[in-house]
Amino acid sequence: MHPVVKRETLSPNVIRLEIEASRIAEVRQPGQFVIVRIGEGAERVPLTIADADRKAGTITLTIQAVGKTSCDLCQLQVGDSIQDVAGPLGEATELVDSGHAVCVGGGVGTAVVHPLAQGLATKGVEVTSIIGGRAREWIIFEDELRRYGDVRVCTDDGSYGRHGFVTEELHDMLEEGGVDHVYAVGPVPMMGAVAKVTKEYDVATTVSLNAIMVDGTGMCGGCRVSVGGKTVYACVDGPEFDAHTVDFKQLSDRLSMYRDVESSAFESKRCLIEGLAEAAGGDTPR
Amino acid sequence: MTERPDLSPRDRMQIERHEVPARSAIIRSMDFQEVNLGYSQALAMEEAERCLDCANPRCIDGCPVRVDIPKFIELLAAGEMKLAAESLLDDNALPCVTGRVCPQETQCEGLCIRAKKGEPVAVGALERFVADWALDHLDELESNVDPDSGRRVAIVGSGPAGLAAAGELAKSGHKVTVFEAFHAPGGVLIYGIPEFRLPKDIVQKEVDRLKGLGVTIEVNAIVGKTWTLRELRQNFDAVFIAVGAGLPVFMGIPGEDLKGVYSANEYLTRVNLMGAFRDDTDTPVLQGKRVVVVGGGNVAMDAVRTARRMGAKEATIAYRRGKDELPARDEEIRHAEEEGVKFELMASPVRIIGSEDNWVTGVECQMMKLGEPDDSGRRRPTAIADSEYVLECDMVVVAIGTRSNPMLTASEPDLKINEWGYLIIDEDGMTSVPGIFAGGDIVRGAATVILAMGDGKRAAHAIEKYLGTVGELMPAAVARVSASKDPTATA
Repeated sequence: MHPVVKRETLSPNVIRLEIEASRIAEVRQPGQFVIVRIGEGAERVPLTIADADRKAGTITLTIQAVGKTSCDLCQLQVGDSIQDVAGPLGEATELVDSGHAVCVGGGVGTAVVHPLAQGLATKGVEVTSIIGGRAREWIIFEDELRRYGDVRVCTDDGSYGRHGFVTEELHDMLEEGGVDHVYAVGPVPMMGAVAKVTKEYDVATTVSLNAIMVDGTGMCGGCRVSVGGKTVYACVDGPEFDAHTVDFKQLSDRLSMYRDVESSAFESKRCLIEGLAEAAGGDTPR
Repeated sequence: MTERPDLSPRDRMQIERHEVPARSAIIRSMDFQEVNLGYSQALAMEEAERCLDCANPRCIDGCPVRVDIPKFIELLAAGEMKLAAESLLDDNALPCVTGRVCPQETQCEGLCIRAKKGEPVAVGALERFVADWALDHLDELESNVDPDSGRRVAIVGSGPAGLAAAGELAKSGHKVTVFEAFHAPGGVLIYGIPEFRLPKDIVQKEVDRLKGLGVTIEVNAIVGKTWTLRELRQNFDAVFIAVGAGLPVFMGIPGEDLKGVYSANEYLTRVNLMGAFRDDTDTPVLQGKRVVVVGGGNVAMDAVRTARRMGAKEATIAYRRGKDELPARDEEIRHAEEEGVKFELMASPVRIIGSEDNWVTGVECQMMKLGEPDDSGRRRPTAIADSEYVLECDMVVVAIGTRSNPMLTASEPDLKINEWGYLIIDEDGMTSVPGIFAGGDIVRGAATVILAMGDGKRAAHAIEKYLGTVGELMPAAVARVSASKDPTATA
């Protein structure tokens, strides 16, 4: 059992949980993830370890309410427990150790970018973060990222920061020059768009892929993605890959495999998410 | 109880084999309840009288864990259920499992003297009967557990090899901790073999019985990630690696990444381990109406029969050889046929076809003919030119085998592996690292439950020999890896 020791609402549909998982806190490295199962009958879902506190024996997970399981996770309160947490899984991020790195985060992906920015800054790399969301209340981790360098915010509706997509800000930065590496985590279309623009400028880019997984140990093959024309497993070969070799179209397509099944399961939970959105004082997510 | 009849061998030969009662195909193919009902006490005792109690029984030689078959059958025939159960449990850590899933026709029953001239004794069904009786009467049974040896053994993986080794070692008084990557123990017994062939509550009870012998099981513990093998070796007197051959093999043909294509591992795990066949679980699984399962082994039969139960109107096995070459157990093939599964034989998939939005719509197959036998003794299939045709379907399950998972082996460079990634062991089952043993599919490649159990049992004996002759006892206090909740330190 892994009790929730801290819970925080970050945006209308994103929460942050700190849970007890001392062994994982001790050995995890940036970029790795865990597979969690809330309780009997629940799904196994992969979640990136956003942060860890070895002393307290806790790890931080950031969850966006998009379907039944993520909603159930978002409902957890301090004192509730997650039955199963397995990990740390996946390979650790290979962080560059010099130059200027740009970390691009979209939506809940910003939570995954956070430990990368942290790791890069620790190594003495100059870090600039570009983070985006639908509107001001969807911007997360801005203050945390500011500790590691400049942060540029973009919103779709212009309510905060630049009115536009993160890729537009990134494009301008690449045009100015001086960017050595880009790390991008967010919705698949965003990562695809980042890969396209950095390829134009020939800047090495790493993305973290959120494929569908069951076991997280290479056993089911459900997370297979095409990278550089080869089929690889996001769980054991990744989750991070060279963005310029990933087939984002296929990834996006495979992620839609259970959309019909999920949306019917999700219907029964809708009211609860609206409650969550209200609590955060934001709009109802789509 | 009625008096036992005084039967001569000639009399015994007159008794015909008793079929195992099974549920009607039309009903069972709509649910996940167990297919075989098993013998009643009366049927079991009658079948037991068929055993000739041979002077030189060959059945034992056919058994990878060397169950003393004539002994437990004789005790059963004599109505000595308690003694029969104790005898069986002494030889076999998981008899409820093997009585259900062993390929008896190529093992004990295949070597039965009676098989030469007719039907062999139904050893599997008798084993299942005695084992199920034992589970219901555990309180009455005496388990012979030796006094605490003070030695600690780590077992990596809680599948058949790991559990068999755990049972043996625990009986010898060693403290055993089993590390399981999934959230529940059992390995292939719970994620792979379906409920209708091996009910999960039976696996759970067998595991609970092992826990009763003092075995500790740590779930969500991925050795190679959560713990390193080195840590285990430092904190235990010996380690047994039994992680199986967990990686799915795909065909390497176009279209395998289309939506609606599963590995058998993924499909069966979603349905079995995650319970997608039940209404009260969250894990989704596609419910194909026309399903093609590629492969001809037990896993393929499990997948195709599962698909039938998940609502497939048409569930088809596509196999590149003929019916006689199907590697699955006879019973699985027969049960599949009874349940309306179609067999597309001499058919080798060359391409999976998809719709515009990338959903599977069919499997293009090539017709094959059989040539000379290959290394495996089976006749090698060769393609017939211009014989392509399409099997229409909305879901494909690839069940053509598995291979080694490098997650653990790659984490310890000192472990020697062969060209296929399987661990190399010596005649005692020890790997290239002293004190680390291995067995089951991670050594031999994908095989059966009972072969893995045989490896586990043999390794347990080798580990005992090793523990008795090598090394000093480890003081538990210095074994701690860290101050965190550390199963390697507290076990």
